[in-house]
Amino acid sequence: MTPLFIAQIVLTLFVFVMLLGSAAVMVYVERKVAAMLQQRLGPYLVGPKGMLQPLADVVKLMFKEELRPKAADALLFALAPIIAATCAFAAFAVVPFGAATTFFGLLDEPLRLQVADVNVAVLVIFAIASMSVYGIVLAGWSSNSKYSLLGGLRSSAQMISYELSYGLALASVLLIGNSLSLSDIVNRQAGTWLGVLPRWFIFVQPLGFIIYMLAGIAETNRAPFDFPEAEQELVAGYHTEYSSMSFAMFFLAEYINMVTVSAVATDLFLGGWHGPFLPESLGWIWFLVKTGAILFFYVWMRWTLPRYRYDQLMTFGWKVLLPLAVVNLLATAAAVLYFQ
Amino acid sequence: MIIFYVFAAVAVGASLLVIAQRNPIYSVLLLIASFGALSGLYVMLDAPFVAVIQIVIYAGAIMVLFLFVVMLLNAPHEETEADERRHILLRSGPLRFGAFLAVVLACELGWALTRGGESGVFAGGSTTSVAAIGRSLFTDYAFAFEVTSVLILVAMVGAVVLAHRERA
Repeated sequence: MTPLFIAQIVLTLFVFVMLLGSAAVMVYVERKVAAMLQQRLGPYLVGPKGMLQPLADVVKLMFKEELRPKAADALLFALAPIIAATCAFAAFAVVPFGAATTFFGLLDEPLRLQVADVNVAVLVIFAIASMSVYGIVLAGWSSNSKYSLLGGLRSSAQMISYELSYGLALASVLLIGNSLSLSDIVNRQAGTWLGVLPRWFIFVQPLGFIIYMLAGIAETNRAPFDFPEAEQELVAGYHTEYSSMSFAMFFLAEYINMVTVSAVATDLFLGGWHGPFLPESLGWIWFLVKTGAILFFYVWMRWTLPRYRYDQLMTFGWKVLLPLAVVNLLATAAAVLYFQ
Repeated sequence: MIIFYVFAAVAVGASLLVIAQRNPIYSVLLLIASFGALSGLYVMLDAPFVAVIQIVIYAGAIMVLFLFVVMLLNAPHEETEADERRHILLRSGPLRFGAFLAVVLACELGWALTRGGESGVFAGGSTTSVAAIGRSLFTDYAFAFEVTSVLILVAMVGAVVLAHRERA
């Protein structure tokens, strides 16, 4: 048991706990921002300024009765939320969130602030995103209810359609970053152009960033693309029949997926932990600020835009976003070839 | 080594259960589990790229389509045919074709296992490097690669032609 190994285990547990915590914070932020945008107060009773509201929600969910429809497939019904939550946690494992550090000389070698440094990290994220469809599809099917089934089918059609644009947007960043490892890509974004403009990939890939964000919102089933749970038509979509902690797992998975998409966007387009004013060892503060900004954008979108119509969503995905992503990829490839 | 046996056992066990299941949905899910275990074996062989591609393509894309088809058609539990008098290879219909295919596969497997360790070594050097894989795909294996893509295109066009109906 070397100190580095122990530090790695501690780091893994820390990331796990922080993801849980981030979901709680996001629930609170979402409710407060929604209240702000709608000119009302939002949660204010539990704790100072209602900050313990997520905790109260968790306690409420834990004490609810676990219900299962009679006609449901018992095994798959129980398995679906577990798949959803596992995929959500697993995707964050390859996301680096700070420069390698020795923790003020505590360790002999510097430790990378990342659970697993895989050299094909970007592909791993893409693979796990494609696996998370199963949780939703199985939830929809095993509930044996028409709302759930329709929600599940819609969601899988949506996720499969937008995964293509998502993957192509990732690919154009890979061409510029010239690596599949997220920490390599982040390190290529250090420094500035002409001493002013940071070398972030958003400035060379503005279209790629927009495509990534749109596809990311659709992948996480958030408004204005929240068809799987369109409450006016589908009650609650794929998790209609779920209650108590199994519902909480879907809820958790949705928020953690949001955090992961934002964190990956920060690493790919916004220079990760690189930023002015702070030393490299405190770069994680920049990372938090940037990820937080994207998450706020997410919430802001949800409470500003109405939901699309389903056929509009499909038309937009296949006829606008995908061709744009292909053109962006070709242009990027040509430019990289030309300037090399 | 223990990890290898765990992955191998999961892969073999899940594959066997795929054909033993009556419910097609469970078959599909077990096949995914088998793919996952295979991908674990690739990681142990120091080929993370192949492992991830295995998940993206098979488990992520193709199996989702399978699942879709099974769910939308709402396939019933399979019934076995009750004709027990004649030998399985003499019976008519898909059963005979399946049995024939199984015999062919068993022969191939036996041949491959007895052939010994003269398997071709990957020319591109290290399999961990994505660049090496890409380079050899587009130089040494360029012909096979392009032919495969044409084959897939043909299959796609065929599916569209078969599924397309003239609107009145």
